[in-house]
Amino acid sequence: MSATTLLIAAMALALASFAYGRAKAFSVAQQHGGMKAMHSLPSHYGMMVALWCALPALAIIIGWKLFEPFIVSNLLDSTIPASIIDAGPKSVELYKNEIGNLVDSDRIANIQDPDKQIAAQRLSSLQQISSWALVVLVLSAAIAGSALALKRIAPTTQARLTVERIARIFLISCASLAILTTIGIVFSVIFESMRFFQQVNFIDFITGTKWSPQTAIRADQVGSSGSFGAVPLFVGTLLISFIAMIVAVPFGLMSAIYLAEYASRPVRNVVKPLLEILAGIPTVVYGFFAALTVAPALRGFGESIGLSVSSESALAAGAVMGIMIIPFVSSLSDDVITAVPQAMRDGSYGLGATKSETVRQVVIPAALPGIVGGILLAVSRAIGETMIVVMAAGLAANMTANPLEAVTTVTVQIVTLLTGDQEFDTAKTLAAFALGLMLFVVTLTLNVIALHVVRKYREQYE
Amino acid sequence: MSNPTDRTETTALVRQSLQKRYAAEKRFRAYGIIAILASLGFLVILLASIIAKGTPAFTQTFVKLDVQLDAETLGISDSPSVDELRGANFNGVIRQTLRDQFPDVDGRKEKRDLYQLISTGAEYRLFDRVEADRSLIGTTLSLWVPADDELGAVIKNGDDLTRPDDIVTRMSDAQIGWAKQLQDKGQLEVRFNSTFFENGDSREPELAGIRAALAGSAFTLLITFCLSFPVAVAAAIYLEEFAPVNRWTDIVEVNINNLAAVPSIVYGLLGLAVFINFMHLPRSAPIVGGIVLSLMTLPTIIISSRAALKAVPPSIREAARGLGASDLQVVTHHVLPLAMPGILTGTIIGLAQALGETAPLLMIGMVAFIVDIPQTVTDAATVLPVQVYLWADSPERAFVEKTSAAIMVLLAFLVAMNAVAVLLRKHFERRW
Repeated sequence: MSATTLLIAAMALALASFAYGRAKAFSVAQQHGGMKAMHSLPSHYGMMVALWCALPALAIIIGWKLFEPFIVSNLLDSTIPASIIDAGPKSVELYKNEIGNLVDSDRIANIQDPDKQIAAQRLSSLQQISSWALVVLVLSAAIAGSALALKRIAPTTQARLTVERIARIFLISCASLAILTTIGIVFSVIFESMRFFQQVNFIDFITGTKWSPQTAIRADQVGSSGSFGAVPLFVGTLLISFIAMIVAVPFGLMSAIYLAEYASRPVRNVVKPLLEILAGIPTVVYGFFAALTVAPALRGFGESIGLSVSSESALAAGAVMGIMIIPFVSSLSDDVITAVPQAMRDGSYGLGATKSETVRQVVIPAALPGIVGGILLAVSRAIGETMIVVMAAGLAANMTANPLEAVTTVTVQIVTLLTGDQEFDTAKTLAAFALGLMLFVVTLTLNVIALHVVRKYREQYE
Repeated sequence: MSNPTDRTETTALVRQSLQKRYAAEKRFRAYGIIAILASLGFLVILLASIIAKGTPAFTQTFVKLDVQLDAETLGISDSPSVDELRGANFNGVIRQTLRDQFPDVDGRKEKRDLYQLISTGAEYRLFDRVEADRSLIGTTLSLWVPADDELGAVIKNGDDLTRPDDIVTRMSDAQIGWAKQLQDKGQLEVRFNSTFFENGDSREPELAGIRAALAGSAFTLLITFCLSFPVAVAAAIYLEEFAPVNRWTDIVEVNINNLAAVPSIVYGLLGLAVFINFMHLPRSAPIVGGIVLSLMTLPTIIISSRAALKAVPPSIREAARGLGASDLQVVTHHVLPLAMPGILTGTIIGLAQALGETAPLLMIGMVAFIVDIPQTVTDAATVLPVQVYLWADSPERAFVEKTSAAIMVLLAFLVAMNAVAVLLRKHFERRW
């Protein structure tokens, strides 16, 4: 019986327990002179019984799935030939994996090696025993749990409080999952980065100007010792983000000003959602657009005026990324501009200023902190954007400020380092996690600053 | 007080500058309009270029062949088993048919060129027909088989096969001549491309389809929904209705806001390190993709669910409490049902975002070349946006239109999801 069927069976039992518990609450109430005598509602008693049935069963399934592989693998130790054990823990691991694969693919009968045959048979019998033990244990726990809870149905049992306490624990744990995610992110990138920095000096990584992550596969190979100087990546990332902001800030800001200050309500109601569409288009679509439409067009245009433009130019990727970020800048700026109190505008009009003068000299300065915060958020998004640069920017780590040349970015390198190569303890793959750590730290810092600025700004006018 | 002459001078100065200031006002306004029009222009160009490139992929060129299913040429007995049939030389039969049709084609190279007109998928089509009906062996079957992608591209670009100069094609003049003969005899037809919706990925553009990617996307989204919706709603209820004002709640709130802005690729790194390398969940599987995407969409759904819960007026809570409801009853019986439309809207928008996400899935190995349609959540699979990414990298020209067509399908799904969200909001939104 698979874990899924078992889970479904446990849930069915819980449902039945609910119905039975509820019915029993009614009958108990009858003996004590009606529902008024009971502490809680019948459905609370039902819930209580169902929880007593489901929670132990669930705990057993989860615990079993967590620890079963270790226990089974340890029980298998006795069947491993001494020669393999002598060869070290790595080969034992390999041997066990092989046996596991043989059993999983149901090829025990075809095994030639008698040692392996024995091991495989033992493993398969262990797995069978384990799965049946689990079924028996889970079902008996579920039935015992609900039987116990059924006995407790009485006028004095505070079923509602029990149920609500458990519900509250569930709510709290769900809310805390966000913290858990952050911890997971921080630990996974830091842990792997530490392993990387054991092999590569941190200072070399952060100040080195040569990036070529190809390490030698064999010791006698020449010329590819691998160098991990990440400065060209940082330069490339900043260049593309800068180009993106040059596109996004003027267009986004001016659209926001027009929509907030000039546009009539109907125009606003139509244009705003249309702009939001730009934000809803998947980034892989922008990447395709940049690589197949914008880049060749730019190249053709450059050739016609005698400029040599790389087909993976930073300009194409940056410009398309800028288009993607326009709605982001515009909706954030729109929010802060509309939050500026009307009294400030009225004061400016009263002094004889025109609308544009009011906007430029009163509204924008007043909204500036909020706008800056919004732009910082947009920068953080540009730095972390992946698909557009993966598809439209280059792979070669050039250190240049020329937007017509190909550059590479941090995110591009993470993707190239981690797709394809499966070996997990080379400096090459670990480098991706070090880059991820940089990315995470930089974007997090930008976000924290931006959110702080925006919050401060809001407080000022509230 | 200044004297009257001063005042008239000031007035004159202001008058003088007025024209300039009004011009500046007009310019400023124009900048705003230009910015909006340009942004919308980008949108139009983007969509137009993709639709223009992708539309041809929804049709496919077929060639009609009268295939003689001779048991001898096929190399099988008269009533073959399935295994025997699998080994049969269907390719040879198709080539024979082509040679019969063009008897004057001679020489190895010319023959090879001739065979290239037909897609390599033709033999599978033939196999399917014969497998379904063994009595076809020994008869002449007239069958429409898919043409090669190069021929397809030329046909779609212009109906007459007089060699078009402006179309770059790998086809030789001789090949175009043969195709012209086929067309004159009515053996060429352009039809709706059902292959595109029925097949998995393929190295041959004319056989490649999005079915496997669609199934992968569906499985991944299902997992994402099942995980993120209950957890996000529970978290939002706790933070909005129960959480005491203290440091811990504050940390959780700031944390959720920050998580919403973490680059998606970082979630991919998390998935790779924790779920694949530490927990040993299967690579490339929708289950891992779904878990990663649900972690990513959680903050979005939590934030919008909180907004929906906050919009329910306190008077409803107070009335319920006044009638003796417990805290949990207030929420589950009154607040949550009233906030549900808003929560669902937020969830759909979060899921739409997850549907279009690519980068984290690259990290956990969902970039595999998937031919078979995944059946369970642990099978190797890919998703629609990743399929777009893979095809965009392919050198064959016909994949450009496939890519654009896949994007059109993806956008259609996104539009549909957002439309449902808008409708939900319009239909159920209540103003208190």
